Amino acid sequence: MAGSESQHHSPRTPALGLRFLFLFILSVVILIIDHRDNHLDALRRAVSAAIYPLRVIVDAPVSAWHWIDENMTRRHELQLENSRMSAERLLTNARLQRYAALEAENARLRAMLEATTRVTDRVRVAEIMSVSGDPYRHSIVIDKGTNDDVYDGQAMIDADGVVGQVIKAGIMSSQCLLISDPDHTLPVIVNRNGLRTVAFGTGEFDRLDLPFLPNNADIEEGDLLVTSGLGGAFPAGYPVAVVTSVTRIPAEPFAAVSAEPTAALNQVREVMLVWSSSDDETGGTADTPAEPVEPPTTEPAEEAPAEADAEEPPSDTAEPDVEPDPATDGATGE
Amino acid sequence: MSSRIRPRTGRPVSNDRASRTLPVILSIIVALMLTIAPMPQWAEAFRPDWVALTLIYWALNLPRTWGVGLAWLIGIVLDVMQGTLLAQHALALSFIVYVTVKFHLQLRVFPMSQMAATVFALLAIYRFILFWINGIAGVSAPAVTYWGPVITGAVFWPLVATVLRTVPIRASSRP
Repeated sequence: MAGSESQHHSPRTPALGLRFLFLFILSVVILIIDHRDNHLDALRRAVSAAIYPLRVIVDAPVSAWHWIDENMTRRHELQLENSRMSAERLLTNARLQRYAALEAENARLRAMLEATTRVTDRVRVAEIMSVSGDPYRHSIVIDKGTNDDVYDGQAMIDADGVVGQVIKAGIMSSQCLLISDPDHTLPVIVNRNGLRTVAFGTGEFDRLDLPFLPNNADIEEGDLLVTSGLGGAFPAGYPVAVVTSVTRIPAEPFAAVSAEPTAALNQVREVMLVWSSSDDETGGTADTPAEPVEPPTTEPAEEAPAEADAEEPPSDTAEPDVEPDPATDGATGE
Repeated sequence: MSSRIRPRTGRPVSNDRASRTLPVILSIIVALMLTIAPMPQWAEAFRPDWVALTLIYWALNLPRTWGVGLAWLIGIVLDVMQGTLLAQHALALSFIVYVTVKFHLQLRVFPMSQMAATVFALLAIYRFILFWINGIAGVSAPAVTYWGPVITGAVFWPLVATVLRTVPIRASSRP
């Protein structure tokens, strides 16, 4: 057997070498093209769509477990959870009422300063389908793609802060990079004093580095970092991390500052995709009306409901409102 | 000349090919699924390169059917799955499959332990190519644990070989 095999094989060996050489050159060409720019996105998208069923199958046991877990929860546990949630909701609504008034006031003040008003961002919930197999690359795949108007570079948040951004939007699923990835950088400002800097991912889920702060920078433990919106990808004002340690070494030009992300990066199951207002205008995905800028009035309480009405249209894309309507909720609460 | 043609014509081509191809493709799909299956954080660094192991096995046992071309295609799929540079895994996989096919006659007679050592070397080359491309492309990487899958891969090799031996392919294609 072995004899006939080798006889059979020997004339093919150069062909094998040639084939490998061809594939080697092809690989190098593709690597260079892919590294330089995004001409191969169509190919990537096609393959991604082809392996979508695989992802669904792999995700199925986890989803099934969640489903069973939800369905098996006992009645009184549900009631407990329900009462706890309605209590939370009441609290949140109370805060939202104040927030609505503040936002209105802010809009007026900005109008007085002739600055552009910020429009409330549109958000949409996406589920995480899989986490990267490569432990050094903090990337995830979510179940929304270009069919849902997801685009490359889109920001992603959870309830507590920024999670990451979309790097490759497929048709039905998208690849996203977390802020803790070693290749990820995020422009932030210190919420307390507006100090601008950049937060680098470290490869650890619970730490970001801020390497470019001079020793005399006004930053201390417990400072909240929020997105500055300067990078263009992230809308401004979302919480990112809390400073955990500041080490000032006089011999070094920069202080060693690290921070802990506020979002639970390795625990989230759902994330929220953010369409900020400027994206909507350029992408034409939704008809977000600019917030009416009214001249200063004396009754802020009147303005809150009017503004809440104006915010209604953006959420018309078959979307349960992620942010409850402050005005109506306030009314029913009383 | 005739000895070269005989083994090819001796086999009914299309039917045989299909019956032999399907189980192999299924095994590769399972390997791809194991690659993206969720695992606890601590185990993530030691996830064996299932696809590489499976392809080494098939390159060893069906060298004429499962060559470098297929390994390259699977590599592209893996690249898209993992979000790495396109053709990175493709290049690494096709290289180790090339080496395996080239030396399959020698490798096939190896006892299991020796084969596991060879797999260790192949996986190390595989990881090194990935590491090297990452380095050139400027993707920041990693610590010592990056090489963890090489060890676990070699440890899991006997298991993979045993499981894949049960895959029903035609006896005639076996050595």
